Amino acid sequence: MNFVAHLGRTVLALFAEVGRSSLFLKEALVQGMTPHFYWRQIFTQMMRIGYFSLPVVGLTAFFTGGVLALQIYIGSSRFNAENLVSSIVALGITRELGPVLAGLMVAGRVAAAIAAELGTMRVTEQIDALSTLSTNPYKYLVGPRLLAGVITLPLLVVIADTIGIMGGYIVGTKSLGFNGAAYIKNTVDFLEIGDVTSGLIKAAVFGFIIALMGCYHGFHSKGGAQGVGRATTNAVVSASILILAANYAMTSLLFGK
Amino acid sequence: MSGHIELSGVHKSFGPKHVLDGVNLSVPKGHSLVVIGGSGTGKSVMLKCILGLIQPDSGSIKIGGEEVSRLKGKDRDRLMTRFGMLFQGGALFDSIPVWENVAFGLIQGPLKMARARAREIAMMKLGQVGLGAAIGELKPAELSGGMQKRVALARAIAADPEIIFFDEPTTGLDPIMADVINNLIVDCVKRLGATTISITHDMASARKIADDIAMIYKGRILWQGEAKKIDKSGNAHVEQFIHGRAEGPIQMEVLKP
Repeated sequence: MNFVAHLGRTVLALFAEVGRSSLFLKEALVQGMTPHFYWRQIFTQMMRIGYFSLPVVGLTAFFTGGVLALQIYIGSSRFNAENLVSSIVALGITRELGPVLAGLMVAGRVAAAIAAELGTMRVTEQIDALSTLSTNPYKYLVGPRLLAGVITLPLLVVIADTIGIMGGYIVGTKSLGFNGAAYIKNTVDFLEIGDVTSGLIKAAVFGFIIALMGCYHGFHSKGGAQGVGRATTNAVVSASILILAANYAMTSLLFGK
Repeated sequence: MSGHIELSGVHKSFGPKHVLDGVNLSVPKGHSLVVIGGSGTGKSVMLKCILGLIQPDSGSIKIGGEEVSRLKGKDRDRLMTRFGMLFQGGALFDSIPVWENVAFGLIQGPLKMARARAREIAMMKLGQVGLGAAIGELKPAELSGGMQKRVALARAIAADPEIIFFDEPTTGLDPIMADVINNLIVDCVKRLGATTISITHDMASARKIADDIAMIYKGRILWQGEAKKIDKSGNAHVEQFIHGRAEGPIQMEVLKP
């Protein structure tokens, strides 16, 4: 009997969570993505989400590009196809690893920061105070973060793509003995514009997911310091999982051919 | 005669817990009502229902004869310009300086006042609560508890509201600072001619700022009358509360050792 009750509670809690997050999404879109816009807030959030994520995203991309070159070299040398290394590195970075790894790194950095900030504002009644000052909290807090996420993530990924391919180039030419000019020619010849744009579209979706999860968990945190801590963890975990799931869905439905 | 603020039959439950169980309350224009009652009796929830931060399950809330319990979006923002609210913990925005906190509703709300003009008003309001211009440049975290309360008071009165709510204005302050705040509240209210509802369990504060006192218990208004008649209420619950006795009709749920 206990088991059935437990199962029922879990299912009900799941539905309640889905309902609550759908309502939050609706409110965030209706209020946050329509005029009037708080430009000052949007700019601040773009700096925080985008600009200050540059070092961590850049380092991730550099090492990923390097290790890709090493691994693909090992694989391709087994059937004498070493000249594929540069184009597969470029393809892997632009289509997959650039957006996904940048998304995951920014999720860890930014979703946590947003959830902690808004969660603290929630438990100290600052979000209620916004409403009493005739300012819609969705417009003032959620909207700018969502917009900043959608705008800056693709920009970050452009940079991540560049640095990642450069990482592959450095490893390829310095330790695998490729000719520099040939490596670059192979990269440019085989890379199609769709490889890059599909990655950028993914990045915009990931930016939305990151900001949304940070805001959602921050808004619904309760119970003081512990509650804010839990909100932070949940924001990072849910943003990361949603990024991976959305990545698979987008790859198989939109960019799979 | 109908009051400036009229509540009738307001109910609110959180799950199985009935927090408000049919609240009826009327505050005439320009009056100061103090609501007393123990922790967890629904005082804060009642204020939040009037402010629209919490949606009541049923019942009517009228401000100046207009039904407001279902107002949303822009109408709600516009209604909020008539309100000021002093939160228990101050709820100052910790990322912006003190003067901008005070001016927040003027700049971001429907008034859309220019920053320079709003700043002048903010400095004037800070002066009214006895804080100098130098304080305006500091961040809220750099102020003492009493100063934060005064800044929060300045923010609540910044837009010259016709209705002001005070949520436990003296909690957490020393007796002298508490009396300073009480005096400021009386002064500010008189100057604006505002209608106010304060919730507190500090009887010294209640006697000082109230025209009328209402006692809330288990989600209902148990007694309401003029402040000077509180000592002759003839109500055992009120008697017990104002004298702070552990024995009486109100039983705290405390396990005896």
